[in-house]
Amino acid sequence: MSRLAVLKTYKLYIGGKFPRSESGRVYEVLSASGDFLANAAKASRKDARDAVVAARSALSGWSKATGYNRGQVLYRIAELLEGRRAQFIDEIVSAEGVSAAAAAAQVDEAIDRWIWYAGWADKYVQVAGNANAVSGPFFNLSVPEPTGVVAVIAPQDSSLVGLVSAVAPALVAGNTVVVVASERLPLSAISLSEVLVTSDVPGGVVNILTGSPAEIAPWLASHADVNALDLVGAGSLDWVSLQIAAAETLMRVFAPENGADAAAPSLARVTQFTETKTVWHTKSLL
Amino acid sequence: MGGDLTESSLKRYLNGIPGVDAVGLEARAADLGSRSIKTTSKAWALDTIISLIDLTTLEGADTPGKVRSLVAKGLTPDAGDVSCPRVAAVCVYGDMVPYAVEALGAFHGDSVEGGINVAAVATAFPSGRASLAVKLADTADAVAAGADEIDMVIDRGAFLSGRYGQVFDEIVAVKEACRRADGSYAHLKVILETGELNTYDNVRRASWLAILAGGDFIKTSTGKVAPAATLPVTVLMLEVVRDWYRLTGEKIGVKPAGGIRASKDAIKYVVAVAETAGEEWLQPHLFRFGASSLLNDVLLQRQKLATGHYSGADYVTID
Amino acid sequence: MSFLEYAPAPESTALLNLQSEYGLFIDGEFTAGSDPTFATISPATEKHIATIASASAGDVDAAVKAARAAYDTTWSRLSGRDRGKYLFRIARLVQERARELAVAESLDNGKPIKESRDVDIPLVAAWFFYYAGWADKLDHAGLGANPRALGVAAQVIPWNFPLLMLAWKIAPALAAGNTVVLKPAETTPLTALLFAEIVQQAGLPAGVVNIITGAGETGRALVNHPDVNKVAFTGSTSVGREIARSLAGTSKKLTLELGGKGANIVFDDAPIDQAVEGIVRGIFFNQGHVCCAGSRLLVQENIHDEVVERLKVRLGTLRVGDPLDKNTDVGAINSAEQLQRIRQLSDIGEAEGGERWSPACELPSEGFWFAPTIFTNVATSSRIARDEIFGPVLSILSFRTPAEAIAKANNTPYGLSAGIWSDKGSKILAVADKLRAGVIWANTFNQFDPASPFGGYKESGYGREGGKQGLAAYLAPASSASASVASASVASASVTSASVPASSSRSVRASKGGKK
Repeated sequence: MSRLAVLKTYKLYIGGKFPRSESGRVYEVLSASGDFLANAAKASRKDARDAVVAARSALSGWSKATGYNRGQVLYRIAELLEGRRAQFIDEIVSAEGVSAAAAAAQVDEAIDRWIWYAGWADKYVQVAGNANAVSGPFFNLSVPEPTGVVAVIAPQDSSLVGLVSAVAPALVAGNTVVVVASERLPLSAISLSEVLVTSDVPGGVVNILTGSPAEIAPWLASHADVNALDLVGAGSLDWVSLQIAAAETLMRVFAPENGADAAAPSLARVTQFTETKTVWHTKSLL
Repeated sequence: MGGDLTESSLKRYLNGIPGVDAVGLEARAADLGSRSIKTTSKAWALDTIISLIDLTTLEGADTPGKVRSLVAKGLTPDAGDVSCPRVAAVCVYGDMVPYAVEALGAFHGDSVEGGINVAAVATAFPSGRASLAVKLADTADAVAAGADEIDMVIDRGAFLSGRYGQVFDEIVAVKEACRRADGSYAHLKVILETGELNTYDNVRRASWLAILAGGDFIKTSTGKVAPAATLPVTVLMLEVVRDWYRLTGEKIGVKPAGGIRASKDAIKYVVAVAETAGEEWLQPHLFRFGASSLLNDVLLQRQKLATGHYSGADYVTID
Repeated sequence: MSFLEYAPAPESTALLNLQSEYGLFIDGEFTAGSDPTFATISPATEKHIATIASASAGDVDAAVKAARAAYDTTWSRLSGRDRGKYLFRIARLVQERARELAVAESLDNGKPIKESRDVDIPLVAAWFFYYAGWADKLDHAGLGANPRALGVAAQVIPWNFPLLMLAWKIAPALAAGNTVVLKPAETTPLTALLFAEIVQQAGLPAGVVNIITGAGETGRALVNHPDVNKVAFTGSTSVGREIARSLAGTSKKLTLELGGKGANIVFDDAPIDQAVEGIVRGIFFNQGHVCCAGSRLLVQENIHDEVVERLKVRLGTLRVGDPLDKNTDVGAINSAEQLQRIRQLSDIGEAEGGERWSPACELPSEGFWFAPTIFTNVATSSRIARDEIFGPVLSILSFRTPAEAIAKANNTPYGLSAGIWSDKGSKILAVADKLRAGVIWANTFNQFDPASPFGGYKESGYGREGGKQGLAAYLAPASSASASVASASVASASVTSASVPASSSRSVRASKGGKK
């Protein structure tokens, strides 16, 4: 006879901790065939607010860490994800109803994307920054710097690779992230947070909310302490209203992406969460 | 300054003076240099420039005749215009002082009394490479011969190797050598030779050092080293005398020397003086131009203002 | 007579050959506007300069159509090399007519001739010269090979640097292959209209550059025109916010250069005389009508009194008056409206406990004038420490430690510029790292160069102008059409080419394709 399985409780991931929603709400997550999989926390606006606070307080440490250090931390995520590969494959198979091979391909791709982005952490400045030849006795350098707290509406049609593709590039430059996971496929996101908490990602650098993007996103878009809003997975929401709300604080907003190439790995996804800072300094022998 | 003045306390003090940002200083000088001085202001500036000139000859080939000619030019810069002011002083080597004094005769004296001073370079000018005894003798000799002003050079070697105390002591000693029998002193101008000090930070330190040691004037250059006077260096030295005045109430003079040949350039210095130290510095006891060919260019400009047409080199006299 | 009361040295206006009336410049020709005309006046004298056309919504549409036609039929088909040659021509024409443009600028804007002559107009020429060289090198702009132009750019510029802001907008747009419709500010249209003549002299194909004049309504019609692909705006944060809102959901790429409240931080080890000059340049340059002005002076407490004293002495030598006099340091306030705002905020500053000081200076009886003003004893919470005044008014605050300086400097919704004054290199670099501002000047202030990216963090806007980044703001990657439902609506500061590992993208497609 088979052993009775121990089920996991899925909670939110905020500030390096796993709280339940302060609202006490949960919602049923079903498999592709309609079976009950778990109750996921249904984050409230207050959970979103707490996540922004956590992201803001983690920003200074994460953004000032060396690129080498951030690269190693992101690589560490890939290492741990590799170790829990089977768990993620199982989760995806049950949640998405795909074949084990397809689930494996998704997990492998997610792992590889962590590595690809990890490698950028100490290089993107060289590629996106530049020394400027100004016509005067000045040293003049432009460097990309993290924009700050980035709110992300994760791609809604994948469990893991969409989430990783949206979160990883924002972390490269030293931003901290509040991400609203796929509403239908949230379980891998919370499992990923278990990976994050055991890798060397400082608490608050990534905050994962599950629940209704339609409910949470407006609070993030209108939050004055959020610096950028990635609507990559918000295509089915009223994202124009979100963009209008975000204009109030001149938040940087990136439009939804659909299709297979949504959130495809690119250096542009790293630099879109950066601000170019140009520093002038006088230069003279005398 | 309080406390005992030692080599190390002097060094600490001078090295503690706020730094100079060269780019900013040069930009400020360029800005001052872009003032547009026209009509009545220009006329006033040109006359003022003449009255501030130390008309200078410092050649190995100098002779009594050359010095007499210089004196005549200084007394009557423009033979055709009696309204033309006299220069402030003639500046010569020490051995030429007697000839200058003789040539001036009754006109030897301060400009406030309508006279012309005699300035002598001393202290093994221009290199300053001689023993202190020789420098002091050089100075005393010129003073005894009737020099009203002594233009000494600092020991740049000592300064650059950090022996500020030695530079200080030498200035003090030379000042003492400027003392006349009647107890009065010849005015002491301290030449920093800014072209050899090289950096603006050094110029500022040396300016403070020279003032602390008792110099009446700080002067940029001997004219024998390039670069000689520059507008930024002069602005910097004017800032120092301005700050010294605010600190002590005492006014120290500034003398850019060497390389100022055109009226246009000299006017930039006049603007720099007025806007940095203040207009009251535009008097012979607080500002001088060490120059020779500048005078004739100013005269040409003066004639242009008076007549409305451009003058020519043959309409001013060579000295 | 005091020598310092320099005799008048007026720049001659004889080389100005202005027309009494200017139309809209659409499709290579000047045409009358449909809306009632308005006058542009000299803010120094309130005297009429010229009558200016006002573009109606229909005129805006005609200008956008002309730009679209020029884009489709000529400009997008031209080689980069030839686009560059046109821009080089413009740069040279600006140099040739530099004095005339400087005089016109000072007349219309009120800024001192020495600034329009030595700063604005030389930079205009430099901007065209710089971007001219980019036109045939777009592959190196950071977006990968064969980046494409966006199409028609709608550009709305402010009144503080009228021709320079025009150059910042038009030069990169044309180099990247876009055509433009530009609206100068209502109070300073003159040099943009002279620029239209330069465009004609350069033989630029009709419709590539269109200049339409008018008030805010004209600008609104322009940025909201459905056939515009790119919007670039420099001006107030409130208008920038409105534009960002109105462009939400569209595919228009947007660059915003908005307000600021720049901190100028003076440490006790600063080169003090240069710092004082930098403070003056930071806030009194262009009457303080500068979005990146160093309007908040943060002085280390142990040198506060000395700096203030030196600053006051220095301000005593500032010459306020006739913008066309070559010795004027501070000119006229650009408009009655702006003067009103400066007066109002200064009064609030006083009411809130700030100690107000201005040097003795006689202001002309006609025109719009405001004496250089400093406020000491300003609280961080005071309006004059938080609101952009956009005038010759400096708020002075103090700090005790570098950490406090950084915290105070960053304590603003703006993030455009900052200054740092210190002789200690390691401190400068560390402070520069921590300041949330797009442009940081160390031991200098208000320096501009076409090779140097300029733009803000936070509510100071987004996107960069100048440098490679400023070019990228007018380009899209060759492949960018496919990925997004609406192409990115924010001009990223530094868009860089997509570089996807080939195997990765294939496997993702496979996994996604198989899941449903």
